[in-house]
Amino acid sequence: MAKITYIEHTGKSHTIDVKSGLSVMEGAVQNNIPGIDADCGGGMACATCHVYVKEEWFNKIPPKNEGEDDMLDQAYKPQKNSRLSCQIEVSDNIDGLEVNLPEKQI
Amino acid sequence: MIKTDALIIGAGPTGLFTAHQLKLIGLNCEVVDNLDKIGGQCIELYPDKPIYDIPAIPECTGEELTNNLIEQLKPFNIKFHLNQRVDEVKKNNNYWEVKTNKGLEFEAPNIIIAGGVGSFEPRKFPIKECEKYENISLFYSVKDKSIFKGKTVSIFGGGDSALDWAIELSKNSSINLIHRREEFRGVPSSVEKVLELSKKGKINLFTNYQMKSVKGSKNLDSIEIIHDDNNIKNLKTDYILGFFGLIMQLGPIANWGLNLNKKTIEVDTEKFETNQKGIYAVGDICNYPGKLKLILSGFHEGALAARACFKLARPDETYRFEFTTSSKSIKKRLGVKE
Repeated sequence: MAKITYIEHTGKSHTIDVKSGLSVMEGAVQNNIPGIDADCGGGMACATCHVYVKEEWFNKIPPKNEGEDDMLDQAYKPQKNSRLSCQIEVSDNIDGLEVNLPEKQI
Repeated sequence: MIKTDALIIGAGPTGLFTAHQLKLIGLNCEVVDNLDKIGGQCIELYPDKPIYDIPAIPECTGEELTNNLIEQLKPFNIKFHLNQRVDEVKKNNNYWEVKTNKGLEFEAPNIIIAGGVGSFEPRKFPIKECEKYENISLFYSVKDKSIFKGKTVSIFGGGDSALDWAIELSKNSSINLIHRREEFRGVPSSVEKVLELSKKGKINLFTNYQMKSVKGSKNLDSIEIIHDDNNIKNLKTDYILGFFGLIMQLGPIANWGLNLNKKTIEVDTEKFETNQKGIYAVGDICNYPGKLKLILSGFHEGALAARACFKLARPDETYRFEFTTSSKSIKKRLGVKE
């Protein structure tokens, strides 16, 4: 279990307990957090669960998977700290993770 | 005006199998899709990824699945209208009138929406001013490459489209290739070629840069690009090409008076009919209690929606359920000997 904080583009923040083993994307979708679309359902086949990971966390979470950057090329306003939230697995180690949601996904 | 018993919107696996089911029970159908090829997400997003949960097929890729579905449709000679999006749907007595963005018109008692997550559209630049130049000096696809001759073209993106056009246009144009990171995702041979052309000065390569702004009045004059370290460069340019892949958008479907739930369409589970009589939704785009976004669910939904179409397409006949193993009329439609 980990507490994950999702911060909407407007600044509105949601802190949720997400079960270990789920992805950061699933944590958002299951709790109806606006701003994450996840059109492909977690298949790393789109870029609509794009998040910005706070700097202090970026190197602590599991690194990008092969092909993730290819999808991020197709995201809305990708940055250095961009990730696909479907590819970040939740575990006790990331308790307290904060992610910022982009202005939009598509 | 094309008249048909059922118009299918979407040529993904669900749309294809739905077409099969319609033809099997003796109805006509036509298929419209916004992509330039048949197969939907299977062909556009994961042609090489193996799928493990198609009944009786232990493993197949998106491309293999698509090819097999097309093969299964071979006896039927179905008309596909690709590269166009359905924009308008209007009721006219017992028929639906349908118009595409390319001006094609259909008249059908039944419409089956097998639209997945919506239609594929190019991902655009996030900068508002870019819209001003769209289709004038800024493009998301190339229709006529001759306009670039002798001009400066700034190409954005890191995939095969960006690389291929950079290579091709570098023969007769001055090329800036701008990508947000060091690595390119195109095929290795194209990446090598681009690097080679960059060394020869045929392509100006800018990695770790993204678009910051566009400058000009009526005509485009220059662009500003920004590096990850905030360093800004100004590039004189005549044309801009953006290749950021495709995104899926529900698009005009939202305006057809259907009950929507987020990006999906509410249907019943008997006919997979929407709140509009004669409009059905099947596959990933439909929603009902217990809905699973699996290809096999799409097949089931399409089979039932096809039977529902029969009633409106042949009001004076009664649908008779038959098996492909024994029905003479089905075998005749399939063109197989008894």
